[in-house]
Amino acid sequence: MTIQRRRLLRVGLACSVLGVAGCVSTGSLGSAPKKDESDGDEDADGDGDDGDEAIGDSELILATTTSTYDTGLLEVINSEFESRYDVRVKTISKGTGASIRTARDGDADVILVHARSAEDAFLREGYGVNRRDVMYNDFVVVGPPADPAGIGDATTATGANTATGAFAAIAEAESTFVSRGDDSGTNSRELSIWEAAGIGPSGTWYREIGKGMGDTLVHADQTGAYTIADRGTFLSMADEIDLEILVQGPIEGGPALLKNSYGIILVNPGRHADVNYQAAMAYVGFLTSPAGQSIIENYTTNGSHLFYPNAISAEPNFTQYVPGDYDREESGRMTPDRVASTAASMVLGDPDGVSTQRVNPDATGVDER
Amino acid sequence: MTSAPLLFVDGGWTYLVSIIVVSMTVSVTAICLSTLFGIPVALAIGFTDFPGKRVVTAVINTGMGFPSVVVGLLVLMVLSNSGPLGSLDLAFTPEAMIASQFVLATPVLMSVSLSAIEGVNEPVRDAAYAMGGTRVDVALVVIKEARYGIVTAILAGFGRAISEVGSILIVGGNIVFSDGTSYTRTLTTAITVEARQGRYEVGLVLGVVLVALVLAVNALGSWIRSKGRGRGTP
Repeated sequence: MTIQRRRLLRVGLACSVLGVAGCVSTGSLGSAPKKDESDGDEDADGDGDDGDEAIGDSELILATTTSTYDTGLLEVINSEFESRYDVRVKTISKGTGASIRTARDGDADVILVHARSAEDAFLREGYGVNRRDVMYNDFVVVGPPADPAGIGDATTATGANTATGAFAAIAEAESTFVSRGDDSGTNSRELSIWEAAGIGPSGTWYREIGKGMGDTLVHADQTGAYTIADRGTFLSMADEIDLEILVQGPIEGGPALLKNSYGIILVNPGRHADVNYQAAMAYVGFLTSPAGQSIIENYTTNGSHLFYPNAISAEPNFTQYVPGDYDREESGRMTPDRVASTAASMVLGDPDGVSTQRVNPDATGVDER
Repeated sequence: MTSAPLLFVDGGWTYLVSIIVVSMTVSVTAICLSTLFGIPVALAIGFTDFPGKRVVTAVINTGMGFPSVVVGLLVLMVLSNSGPLGSLDLAFTPEAMIASQFVLATPVLMSVSLSAIEGVNEPVRDAAYAMGGTRVDVALVVIKEARYGIVTAILAGFGRAISEVGSILIVGGNIVFSDGTSYTRTLTTAITVEARQGRYEVGLVLGVVLVALVLAVNALGSWIRSKGRGRGTP
């Protein structure tokens, strides 16, 4: 009996040693990125006013859309950013809605998303600060090459707005349409197109699958259905699927309704004190710098450009910093000193002050520049 | 600069090896913790009679079928910065994945080992008492008798943990660094990435690797069992 007890205790001991070893190795796994904290102090930011750390805690959590990740663009941007600033970027790719929720909970430091109305709500609620435009491409309506609903013909006939014309043709023919149905940027644009077309899509032909862009394209490809996709993801997957572009976006002369603008927003450190604000600022700075913008401009897949940078412009573009429907008069009334500063800027001759509110009137982020 | 560089930088070895390492580290750690917690609890439940024992057993058995995405959501809400344990900063870390796999695997492990422990015949326990054994001696005799079942329980828990994708996708965030090393991406979540980009073949290859790993661990388990059988009969 005692011999067996000893043997069993030995086995138990071995098991617990294994368990502890597992924990320790995971611990080192988790903290590995932090080891090179001190290395990049000098080249990261020379001002030295943040003590002995490079930037923040040298880890940055970026919540972004599947389109920026699946196209491979972020890998290129992040590796360049990491080598310049010695900050490790942890990228979580979900839909725009989920990314914003992650940021709202304080679990991300910065978001790169593409649904202006959701971004505006995020800013208005005080969770986001320092929004910048980063880049744009466009959405395309894709479908099987045979085009059973004839949306290619329908769109040339209606002329005025070809995206709504195409959607109307799909609804009329009751051809299968696959919707992301995941509160992503693409999903919210799709819904606003249905709204613009005056159609409430319903019926067995309209399938919400609640998945990412790639999944949705694969699903549409397998079932011979139509869907709307951002051009970047579509082009990067063109080899894998047989779908064709049936309605082009504004890059190829299509309607402005299909423009797809990406914005980057920091999580407000006033809401979540432990966000890595400095690293996030550095990331925004890099993405909107000439170097970052040129990476975006030169990034190609299968020989096609996927994204067009638009952060750098000689002309002022105030609407990128505030919600699209921001009304300075209205919010000025809330606090007396806001009114004073507004009045001061009026006196100082800020003629754009009022007109910029109307440059970008629709909340979808489409602007006509 | 294509959309599939991760698997093809230096032949994809860095990426593949690092996701295997993350998968194994997370699941093995979770299983060790759940063994350390689950087996003693299963022994305690198996050895004592108390009112409500049936209810406790039923709850544990229900836990086996607990949906992993729900576990993932709950763990994320607890560990999130705006959740009760937000100050620990554990959202989107391997530790969070270990936590969710622990929650998923423990009921499986407890349930299977509990039935193994209860399957040990009363006469065996009585004999152990009769031979003058203390409570600890009796426990060790029962563990020895139930060892096949307990190893099976650990393997079943491991199988549940390593093949699981719903919860670790939510709590881990599926993060891979830009140099192609995984932080919270496992074999299963890597397969979801390949599937959503239509690269089914690459996803299948990863699936084969995953199955091979599970097979290897099970082979190890049955080797331990057969070895135990060889030595165990005096």
